[in-house]
Amino acid sequence: MTERLFEGADWDFHTLQRITDACETVAMKDLGLDVYPNQIEVITAEQMLDAYSSVGMPLFYKHWSFGKQFAYHEASYRKGLMGLAYEIVINSSPCISYLMEENTATMQTLVIAHAAFGHNHFFKNNYLFKQWTDADGILDYLDFAKNYVMQCEERHGRIEVERTLDAAHALMSHGIDRYPGKKKLDLREEEKRAGRRRQHEEEVFNDLWRTVPKGASKTRSAISLERRRKLLGLPQENLLYFLEKSAPRLAPWQRELLRIVRHIAQYFYPQSQTKVMNEGTATYVHYRIMTQLHQQGRISDGNFLEFLGSHTNVVFQPEFDDPRFSGFNPYALGFAMMQDIERIVTSPSDEDREWFPDIAGKNDVMGVLRDVWANYRDESFIAQFLSPKLMRQLRMFHLHDDPEERAGIRVDAIHDERGFRRVRRELARQHDVGYIDANIEVVDVDLSGDRRLILHHHVIKGAQLNETDAKRVLQHLADLWTYDVSLIEVDANDKVLREYVVSPRPITAAA
Amino acid sequence: MPIHIIDRRLNPGGKSLENRQRFLRRAKSLVQGAVKKTSQERDIKDVLEGGEVTIPLDGMHEPRFRREGGTRDMVLPGNKKFIEGDYLQRSGQGSAKNSGPGEGDGEDAFRFVLSRDEFVDLFLDDLELPDLAKRKVAQTESEGIQRAGYTTSGSPANISVSRTVRRALARRIALKRPSKEEIEELEAAIEACTDDDERLVLLAQLEKLKAKSKRIPFIDPLDIRYRRFETVPKPVAQAVMFCLMDVSGSMSEHMKDLAKRFYMLLYVFLKRRYKHVDIVFIRHTDRAEEVDEQTFFYGPASGGTLVSSALQAMHEIVRERFNPSDWNIYAAQASDGDNSYSDGELTGLLLTDKILPVCQFFAYLEVGESGGSAFDLSDSSLWTLYERLRNSGAPLSMRKVSERSEIFPVFHDLFQRRDTAQEKAAP
Repeated sequence: MTERLFEGADWDFHTLQRITDACETVAMKDLGLDVYPNQIEVITAEQMLDAYSSVGMPLFYKHWSFGKQFAYHEASYRKGLMGLAYEIVINSSPCISYLMEENTATMQTLVIAHAAFGHNHFFKNNYLFKQWTDADGILDYLDFAKNYVMQCEERHGRIEVERTLDAAHALMSHGIDRYPGKKKLDLREEEKRAGRRRQHEEEVFNDLWRTVPKGASKTRSAISLERRRKLLGLPQENLLYFLEKSAPRLAPWQRELLRIVRHIAQYFYPQSQTKVMNEGTATYVHYRIMTQLHQQGRISDGNFLEFLGSHTNVVFQPEFDDPRFSGFNPYALGFAMMQDIERIVTSPSDEDREWFPDIAGKNDVMGVLRDVWANYRDESFIAQFLSPKLMRQLRMFHLHDDPEERAGIRVDAIHDERGFRRVRRELARQHDVGYIDANIEVVDVDLSGDRRLILHHHVIKGAQLNETDAKRVLQHLADLWTYDVSLIEVDANDKVLREYVVSPRPITAAA
Repeated sequence: MPIHIIDRRLNPGGKSLENRQRFLRRAKSLVQGAVKKTSQERDIKDVLEGGEVTIPLDGMHEPRFRREGGTRDMVLPGNKKFIEGDYLQRSGQGSAKNSGPGEGDGEDAFRFVLSRDEFVDLFLDDLELPDLAKRKVAQTESEGIQRAGYTTSGSPANISVSRTVRRALARRIALKRPSKEEIEELEAAIEACTDDDERLVLLAQLEKLKAKSKRIPFIDPLDIRYRRFETVPKPVAQAVMFCLMDVSGSMSEHMKDLAKRFYMLLYVFLKRRYKHVDIVFIRHTDRAEEVDEQTFFYGPASGGTLVSSALQAMHEIVRERFNPSDWNIYAAQASDGDNSYSDGELTGLLLTDKILPVCQFFAYLEVGESGGSAFDLSDSSLWTLYERLRNSGAPLSMRKVSERSEIFPVFHDLFQRRDTAQEKAAP
């Protein structure tokens, strides 16, 4: 019989090393995972709180909103309203996992299996992460961003920088390219680029040019709408990108700040689209690894029971009428789907053969799963792999709430033969970020007139913008654009529902 | 594949400190208001504790484009009895997710915990000690001596033996100076040696060793190190606070409570300015005595009232124990204003000649019964006296207080920048 990895709850760094080695063997040999090199860091609760307030990253530029986050988390943690996560894992290479020092040895094993192998594999192999994030460069880029913001504060004043960042943060959710562009983002190159540009500016700076009288500006004949739009790259849904490239009066450093915020938003974009899959993968991986270690006799029965306790808590899905219910638990749904795929692949029923002819009975569980993990995001994953059996098991149903409907909320579909496809389509749609975020884009700029920036919000299903927030965000937008901004809410038939117009605030000198 | 396991627990904490400060700076006026409100409600002792404050979220809100309303679709788990085409009542059970409009508006206030320092900082933010600038010069008057490494020259009294010997030892080892044992061993070998030739060789060796040991001294002047000292300006970082209180029968518990709050605030404030703060409690009726805190506030006493006795006692204590050049002296007097008429002259004299010249600050707090506002109190004998002194130029701060909630504003007034305080104080 093989030696136990640990006894009881205590661990030290040798134990961690043994645990990681054991997990790695299972992950590589049995599951065939492909991961970035691992870096495991043990931190205290206080450091975990620190990490929380900078969106989990080990370093970040300074901004008051992170302080607010910190104050908020700290208050709720102290009062016992909130427990801290067992780990945080960062999509970088090497892949950094933070483990809490309070965890028992069993929990550390669970967490290492979950983060250092589960999430890590997903980060490295999922197409969205490959397309949108640069795991090798992110930490260096954050370091660059931090220093850049600091330098800007020295040169241009803290308040100016803060104002630009506030505005950029307000627009962050609309600073994302949703469709792959021409080339992959290279964050290291970004950093060099900014440095080169600054150097160039300093080299060619000649104060004389400032004194040269300017000729009368050329009057340009009105160009056609089509041509103008094309020149500006409109319509454009990435508001931050548009401002960075086209806002008429931004200083270069402000453009660079917008660029930084945009890059960071883009870095997190895949995570928001793959919550179910990412957690499902990690949970499935830790479950397999822990079970395997237990079977090998490397974890005692008692410790395995402790693991099962935590595992069940993690994948607990309260029903809709339960007071604890707050939507689908991505861990629960993800894990259930992964297990379901395993079942379909190994012992399919006739129904499965009909619904999943490609994978049913294929017998290569890990092969199928690795392929799924690499090539899907939440929306497509659910649309493709949610099986009737699982829908029955979770007793899913679809509600349609139309405020116009007097009779109440209609039950549109349930987990029966007629409803399976509709329930599945609807659940998939709920996980589509393109559908969740408001669809706002820049459609035109009145270049010949008052330079007003015109945006459209394409209203889907009657959901309009929250008024107070919309006004505030538009205010930030107008401050960056420095001319009037108008946002028009239109429905699917191009009917105008509402129009906002916001003027920029005068820039208070040396505020 | 290499796996790095790193212990980060020893890394310096407080990574979020700067962000937190930025947040507080931004929310300053809001937080300050909250602190004021909180501190009025709690005991003064707890002022130092920090704690939770609530600020309106409005100023710190981070807006985003959010959608709301419209028709909604949702997929939920746990269907029990619904079939397709059923209608559910909107506000009934079975629609946990369906709360009406206004969902999410609940968080209009933001609660968080301020640390003790942050709390007191904000609390005392715009207060300023009087005459602090004046004493700044005096503060750096005395100089202290501090160790500062080693030097190659100095007075013999300052030779650092251990350092010198350590260097000598290192040098002897480096130059291979023969040790005493080595020589003795060789001598013993010569003694025991019978062969003449060998003996000659050994003798030559001994000679060589001895010469070498002579050439390389046990302690070379190069080895000697002296302890080095630096003089550093030493601020007078100590203060003494005299609490004078009338404990005659006319002082009620309520008045004593007011006085206590005032003293404590003063203490909190001094504690922030000075490393070391002593408190002397002097209570008086018709005679004064120095007592401990318990007796001061709670000990029973009765008798007439002679304020001069307390001032006399304070003067003596200053002369005996607190040299004004070493100590910053603060005094706070609380009384209901009674004093016997015959004592007025003496009190005034003591104050102007003996007490005020050595004091940084002298505050007089006249406490009244609760219910009567400060306005209703007619001027007492002591108040009249002090007012006359102040009008003739004596640096006195004075205030009337009758409610607990008045303590903070009074304190604030007293310690505001001097000029404005005086303008305000002049009725």
